[in-house]
Parts: sequence; structure tokens; C-alpha cells
Amino acid sequence: MTGEPSRANLPPLSLHVPEPKFRPGDAVDFSHFDVPPAGEQRRPDTAEPADKFHDLAFTLVRVLNDDGEAVGPWNPRLSPDKLRQMLRYMALLRAFDERMFRAQRQGKTSFYMKATGEEAVAVAATMALQRDDMTFPSYRQQGILIARDWSLVDMMNQIYSNSADRLQGKQLPIMYSTKEGAFFSISGNLATQYPQAVGWAMASAAKGDTRIAATWCGEGSTAEGDFHSALTFATVYRAPVILNVVNNQWAISSFSGFAGAEATTFAARAVGYGIAGLRIDGNDPLAVYAATEWAAERARTNQGPTLIEHFTYRTEGHSTSDDPTQYRSADEATEWPLGDPIKRLKDHLIKLGEWDEERHAAQDLELAEQVKAAQKEAEKNGILGHGLHQPLDTLFDGVYEEMPWHLKEQRQQMLDEEETSGRPWDRK
Amino acid sequence: MGPEVSDMSDLETPEARIAPTPEREGDTVRMNMIQAINSAMDVLMDRDPDVIVMGEDVGYFGGVFRATAGLQKKYGKTRVFDTPITECGIIGVAVGMGSYGLRPVPEIQFADYIYPALDQLVSEAARLRYRSAGEFTAPITVRSPFGGGIFGGQTHSQSPEAIFAHVSGLKTVIPSNPYDAKGLLIAAIEDNDPVIFFEPKRIYNGPFNGHWDKPASNWSKHPAGEVPTGYYRISLGKAAIVRPGEALTVLAYGTMVHVAAEAVREAGIDAEIIDLRTLVPLDIETIEESVKKTGRCLIVHEATRTQGFGAELSALVQERCFYHLEAPVERVTGFDTPYPHSLEWAYFPGPVRIGMALKKIMKD
Repeated sequence: MTGEPSRANLPPLSLHVPEPKFRPGDAVDFSHFDVPPAGEQRRPDTAEPADKFHDLAFTLVRVLNDDGEAVGPWNPRLSPDKLRQMLRYMALLRAFDERMFRAQRQGKTSFYMKATGEEAVAVAATMALQRDDMTFPSYRQQGILIARDWSLVDMMNQIYSNSADRLQGKQLPIMYSTKEGAFFSISGNLATQYPQAVGWAMASAAKGDTRIAATWCGEGSTAEGDFHSALTFATVYRAPVILNVVNNQWAISSFSGFAGAEATTFAARAVGYGIAGLRIDGNDPLAVYAATEWAAERARTNQGPTLIEHFTYRTEGHSTSDDPTQYRSADEATEWPLGDPIKRLKDHLIKLGEWDEERHAAQDLELAEQVKAAQKEAEKNGILGHGLHQPLDTLFDGVYEEMPWHLKEQRQQMLDEEETSGRPWDRK
Repeated sequence: MGPEVSDMSDLETPEARIAPTPEREGDTVRMNMIQAINSAMDVLMDRDPDVIVMGEDVGYFGGVFRATAGLQKKYGKTRVFDTPITECGIIGVAVGMGSYGLRPVPEIQFADYIYPALDQLVSEAARLRYRSAGEFTAPITVRSPFGGGIFGGQTHSQSPEAIFAHVSGLKTVIPSNPYDAKGLLIAAIEDNDPVIFFEPKRIYNGPFNGHWDKPASNWSKHPAGEVPTGYYRISLGKAAIVRPGEALTVLAYGTMVHVAAEAVREAGIDAEIIDLRTLVPLDIETIEESVKKTGRCLIVHEATRTQGFGAELSALVQERCFYHLEAPVERVTGFDTPYPHSLEWAYFPGPVRIGMALKKIMKD
């Protein structure tokens, strides 16, 4: 009652709903976007406490400048061989994505997701880790497997859910899993891997191990509660973990503003939790490598977790089920001010005199052939829905370690049903 | 099968909250289920400025299944908006907006993603009325595509209805055709209690009889694809007898109504097929009357078997119709495994599995 009269003079509230700058048909202009010059960001000692370099959560750590030179304190000074290896992995990833996207369009599988434009994020980071450091990826880090020389045929078998699929056709395509590759089983649900990575890292620390963990999620997924739980545990226990946020600007049709990007950076999330935070140019493979190397050293010396925001751009649709022309300007990808990671590393190598256009074109051809050959090999094991599935009764394997009576009963019921149906797939 | 055999008394006028427009507005057009769901929200947003739509990708884009297409353009960004990707946040915020007096219709993009929102649904939305002596309520309708049959793997195929039907204070609704989807969604949004509205995505574009290897059909040739453009409602808690019969009673909902109908047709049995439409509150009268008449009962759902909603139905039928039963109540369900990818059709309770159960139950 007492509030009534004074309220009369108050202005009405209004609800803010974020809106991206460009929609389909809009001309794209990124001139508002301030790209800090490469090489200007300081590189703190890895022993420095996290609250001494908050500024690094609000800038962009960059190494490769517009002239293709590697500059500044974050330059990881990699050998030409290592740089060429990095370029090769990224190009292989792109060729793999192209081929598998097309395979889905040809009806050979149900689903695919490309990492086009963000190849550096997974490839360069993986190269800065040890081979047995544990990774907890989201669904767009197939580059980890590529950079660990994982078998392309094995990946394709999973994509085709075919008879050689180690996951027995149980998972959606691209939801890989390989313990041998130190690559945790991918979930289709978002950010669930974040606290799991922290838990793995805590276990490694508790056991006096030397391995660290790294995890990735998209900027959109930082809204999930799991992300925030993970950061809390990570800071409380100083878990030896690298928390990567891949800010590729779009979560299906929702731009990064719906995850909070209008108000602050994603690296700034680290600040509130007392975690080391870096915001880096995610299309700069050398910045990705350097930041990961730095974060890994912090983790290995018990300095705790680091959150790295990889500022990048999702050049293609979210998945084969998505059509980005419906909600964003097609010019965004071409106008993206941070360029393409493969081209930037290629230009750098050429500048160093360690590479040339002819070799690059030849490598692209060679990689396309390599992927094509792998595809041919994988398709010998079948493609989705063409009769070469896993034996039917594998449907019931792996629900529990030991199969309880009711599953045994249901398995028998299924086999009886298949006898009755005369279905055209393999029967065991 | 279709609205012409459902109980037309379901088409009742709305209750007091909204200014009554009692006539069932005359025009009907052909709609698929997506369009009918879109139309339900459109019609109610037009009538009630407190109805708001929110969820991942529902705004400018109009939803990954296009269910909210055009709504933001028509009603503005403060009534139809995209949300951050946090299901817990989406439902919690909807509860808060509901407590202010709005009538939120949050979308969870796939039912498989709903679990982070469980606390807000189970501990909050479901109990708010009870614990606040009715001062605060959660008049929210959570729309979510569910069910398999689209090669979506274990994270785009689940049927978690039993989890929600188990929670006191929540209502659970599952339509099986465009006509029902619109009428039920309108009733759900107008309901003052929280409603879980699961949309069987396999039948968004057409009825699916379980024969995955035959050409798909669409709603244009189905009587239930004829949908009024205006306002009408189908009361929650009312089942529909989609096929009257004498030999046995089949209880189903969602996609399984169509699959069961196909199995019954193939078996040539004079079954009475009941589309439950609402799991909670359940139309026990229609079920009881039917089973007492036929003496046999088959329950069909796509969800896993153990603790599935079929267990509740079976118990109810046994409790209420025991002396009328001539055979044990049978259940046909999905298996107790996660939803597989490549072996989807071995998992799916199709016409073969239902046919075997029909044979068994008629033999007893």
C-alpha cells in the first residue's frame, strides 16, 4: 500500500532481448570489432597467481600478424617441421569433414558435424598436450583424434555405425570414444564433460599422477549448470585441467549474446571463479598452441586450472540438420576479421620460406586421396542402414556389466521377433 | 481413426480466465502436427497477452522443428525469445515468470535434454501450489519433442514420460495427431498447473504405422490432419476411442496409437484402441469401461519397459477390472536399453512385436 503513490512516477521497465548485428541478407561490417595487434599481449610467468593477469581475459592473445609473421612473447617458436605437421593435421581434418559431410548427404549415414574454420582449436591444442593427457571433448573436436594420428577408418566406421564400429552402432555418428586415444566418450548433452574433466584431473592429482586433463565446450554451453559446477570444483581443488571455451559465435541459431557475450567475454568467467583466464585468437594456431602449452605447464606445476576462450567462427552449419542461411548473414564467414586458420599458418610457413603454394596444393590433393582411400576401406564394413549392422543381440550388451534376467528375457524376445519378421539384416 | 470417432463433447468452451469465444471457429485447413502446434500457440498468444514462448532457437529461427516459426515476428521479442542453453534455467525462469502472472510455454529442444531441468520441475513447478497454499502457481506448459524413429541415437530419441507421470503436481500430455495436438496444447497452456507436453517427433509430418521400410505417409490424407484454424480445446484427462471393438482393449498414446492400429489391422482382430492423450490425469473411466467390455487388455508404449507407464496402467486395470479379465494384461514396450543408433528398428516396438502380443493375449 505504501508503495503505490510513489510508483506512479516511475518509468516503465523494459526487457532486453539480445539481437545479433547481422541477419540473412544484411551486408556484414566488422569494423566495430577491435582486433588487438598480434604480439602485444604480455605472457605472465606460469607461476604467477591468477589474479595478477585479469587483463588477459579481456583481450585477444595473438601470435600471427597480418603479414604472416609470428611475433611477441606468446610465439611458441616451433620448428618448421612441427609447423608443417600442424598445417597437415588441420588440412586433413578439413578434407575429412568435407568427405563425411558429403557421405551424409549421399544417405550413407544419419548425421555429421564439421569443424570448418575452427580446426586450430582442437589440432593445435592437442599438439601442445602430451599424447596421454586425457581429453574430454564436445562434438566438434574431431581434430584431437586427427592430431593423435587416430585411424580415419576407425572414425568412419563409427560414423557409418557399421560392422567394424567399435561402439557397436550404439552412438550417434561423430560421438567417438577411445580410451587408447585418451579421448572420453562424447555425449550429445551439453557441457556434461566439463565437471567430468575436472573430476578426472582431481583423481590424477590425488593419485600423484603426472597426466592432466583438457576439456572443450562451445560458448553456448557455458550457460549450462555443469559448466559452472565444473569451474567451482576446478578452483576449489586447483584441478590440473584446461577448460577450453570454443567461442564460435553461434549455437545453432543463437548468437553468442544469448550466452552473455554482450556484457563480457567468456574468458572473464574465469575471473569470478579465481581461475586463470586467457582470451585468445582461436584462428591463430600458434596462439592456441602457446596458450595450451602455458596452461599445461601451470597444471603440471600444481598452479591449477586455466580457462581459455578460443575466439573463432563456425563457418558452416551447426550440423547436417542445420541451415544457417535461415538466421545469419552468409557474408559473416567471408568477412570474419580473424581469417582462416589453415590459410594463416600456410602464409606463415611461406613467409618463413618453408612452404609454397605448389606444395600446399599437392598436399591438399594427397590428403583428399588419403581420406577417399580410408572411406573406401570403411565402406567395406558397411554404411548405415544397408544390412551390415552389428549382430542384433549386441543391442543388449553393455547396459550392465552382467546382464540381468529381464534383459536376457527381452533379448530372446527380440530374436524371436526377428525370426517372425524376416527382416533383411544379419541375424545371429 | 481420427477426430470423427473421438468424443465431440471434448470440444468445450474455455473456462473463465479467457474471455469466451465459444464457437469452434469454422474454417479448417490441412495441417501437419508442427503446424497445428504452431497454430495453438498463435491462437492463444493472440487471445492472451500473458502467453509467452521461450526456448533454445525458438525466436528468430522459429525452432529446430519450426514449431514456433513466425511467432516472434508476429508477437515481438519480449513474448517470443531465444534463451541461453540451460534447461534448468529455462524452466526456472518460466516458473518465475509464471509466479509473476505470465503463462510461459517453454520449449526443451529434445526431451533427452530435459534432465538438467528436473529439479525445477520436480521440486519447484510441481509443488509450488501445494507448498504456498495456492498463492503461487506454475501455469507453465513445457513443450518437448520426444520419441525415436528418426535415427537420432540415444540423445535424440528417448521417451521419458514415466518420470514425469510419477511426479505429483505435474500433468503429462501426449498427442497422436495434428487435430488433438492443437486442442490439447490449447487446453494445456490454459491449465493453471504445470503440464509436460511431449510431441512425438516421428509423427510430426505424418502418421507412422511402424513399417519403417515402406514409404512414409503425411497428414494430408488423414482425417486428423484437418484442423480448425481458430480456437478449440480438448480437455486434459479425456482419452479418445480411435477404433471401437469388442475383442480386446489396446491402450496406447503418441506414435504407438498408429503402430498399434496397424498391428490390429494386420491381425484382423476387432480390438478397441484407446488413445490416452493425457497420462496424468488419466481417463480411467474410458479404460475401465472398455476393459470390462472386452475382458482383455494390451498396453503399448515406446518407452523402456521397467517402471514404464504401462506398469501403472497394468496395475490399474488389474485393480479395477480383475473379475472381468479373461487373460493376463500384456505390455509391448521398448527394451530396457538406451536407445540404439543403428539397431533402431530392432529396438522399436513395431507391428511385429505388437502382433505377437495380440496373438498371445487372444489365445489365453
